[in-house]
Amino acid sequence: MLRRLNTLAASLIALVLAAPLMVVAGVSVNARKSLDFPPKGFSLSWYAEVFTDPGWRDALVASLVVATLSAALAVLIAFPLAWFLWRWKAPWARAFEVLGMTPFILPPVITALGFLSFWAAVGEYGAPWTVVVSHAIFFVTLPLVTLSLGFGAVDRSYVEAAATMGADDRTVLRTVVMPLVRPYVISGFAFAFVLSLNEYIVAYMVVGFTLETLPIKIFNALRYGYTPTMAAVTVLFVALTALVFGLIARFGDLPRLLGAWAKHD
Amino acid sequence: MIRRAPRTLAEHSPILFPALMLVVFFVIPFSLMIAVSVFRRVPGGFYEPDLVFANYERFLTAFFGGVLSFSLGLAALVAVVSVGIAFPFTHRLVRLPRAGQIRWLVFLLSILSLSEVIIGFAWSTLLSRTAGITNLLVALGLMEAPQSLSPSFGGLLAGLVYQAFPYTVLVLYPALARFDPYLVEAARTLGASPLRAFFTVLVPGLRNTIVATTIMVFVFALGSYLLPQLLGKPQHWTLSVLITDQAIYQSNMPFAAAMAVFLVLVSLALVGLALMAGRREEGA
Repeated sequence: MLRRLNTLAASLIALVLAAPLMVVAGVSVNARKSLDFPPKGFSLSWYAEVFTDPGWRDALVASLVVATLSAALAVLIAFPLAWFLWRWKAPWARAFEVLGMTPFILPPVITALGFLSFWAAVGEYGAPWTVVVSHAIFFVTLPLVTLSLGFGAVDRSYVEAAATMGADDRTVLRTVVMPLVRPYVISGFAFAFVLSLNEYIVAYMVVGFTLETLPIKIFNALRYGYTPTMAAVTVLFVALTALVFGLIARFGDLPRLLGAWAKHD
Repeated sequence: MIRRAPRTLAEHSPILFPALMLVVFFVIPFSLMIAVSVFRRVPGGFYEPDLVFANYERFLTAFFGGVLSFSLGLAALVAVVSVGIAFPFTHRLVRLPRAGQIRWLVFLLSILSLSEVIIGFAWSTLLSRTAGITNLLVALGLMEAPQSLSPSFGGLLAGLVYQAFPYTVLVLYPALARFDPYLVEAARTLGASPLRAFFTVLVPGLRNTIVATTIMVFVFALGSYLLPQLLGKPQHWTLSVLITDQAIYQSNMPFAAAMAVFLVLVSLALVGLALMAGRREEGA
């Protein structure tokens, strides 16, 4: 009885979580240029418009470029820091780890406002590359967390064996540590990539008037009324997001990344 | 490998780049924002260095007091509802077979990563008159004519809980996954009903986790800035909305910064409380 109730509750939660997306998916194949659900007729023209309409295509490209570059930069910041903390006994360096975690815990509007005042003060406000740096700092938490897990999982006796045989730090990092932490590097990149793709407030406050990413474009379009193209973009975005996480789960240990097993396995 | 303190510059060098990036692009912007909060506003959208507390004083007026208490109350409501649903849900989730768990986790992570814009758009469509849920009720014969359910407080609350739910599950997940299942089983063997075991073993055993998670979700909900605009009425605008509004549309950076500093203090105090609550349980 309770088991059946549990299954029912879980199905209900799944349904509620999926419902808004299902309605949007329905709207996106609407034949008419209005928001109707259930859809009136069937057409994929709104999906085509995402790629043919210059406004939507530019926003899509901008989002993908920003997400790729900022995720790469986030990994470049997180990797040496996580490696350093693992390799050396330097309690003071934990301060930088805390610094890397902070922007993610605080309400995003605060980080966004900090960036706005900073870029305005140095005279770079609105330059497209500033959003790359801002997102990299904002999302550095994600590779930092996955890489700390990754380094934590490296068996130090391998490293000792390599060192005994005469390998220096650089060789150990390249031949022993790197292959072991590579999945964590990739998942850290993927997490930062997906979140940057979907981020709105920081991008809006930093470059919102000069560079339109997709979330900004959707929000701006919302003000002028709804079109099915927005629904099509949303569906594509949800699919892309789910695909990236699906890949992480396929090639990495997702429950572990999310902390299912701690220090002691 | 000997783990000792780094000594030479070469040994220190790997941390130089991350340290520099975090200091230049996080510590400095953050400090600058605090500084701007006491700057004086110059009409025309600029500000000049000064030491005035007018921005903070303005914040203490009845209007902003009202916004603040609404924001805090709303965030608290969202946190309690989310944890109330997510705790039993996560308890079941960690007991599913691995493949099932992973499917759920991918689903939850995907929704968690969705932009507030997309969530807001999806919910406003779901609650709309032309494409919304009421059309389904009409089709089922439960309603006369479709109607719009947003903007409204209920719509806003639904959107916020929707956004916070995956976050809540993922914060609860590690603690519940590591909780010794034999404790619940022992209670069951001794004759406790599943419901009784849940409330007498699991809930008290993870009390601090529940408190810590509620506080974390509270801070998360406090950060929402688009859903109140897309799903709520103007009187449902939260502090985050007002900060954005002052910074971008009113061009009053000092005042926006003062509100942001206040929000930082509230959030940090709460995160500190959450960490303390979480730690005490680990020690126990």
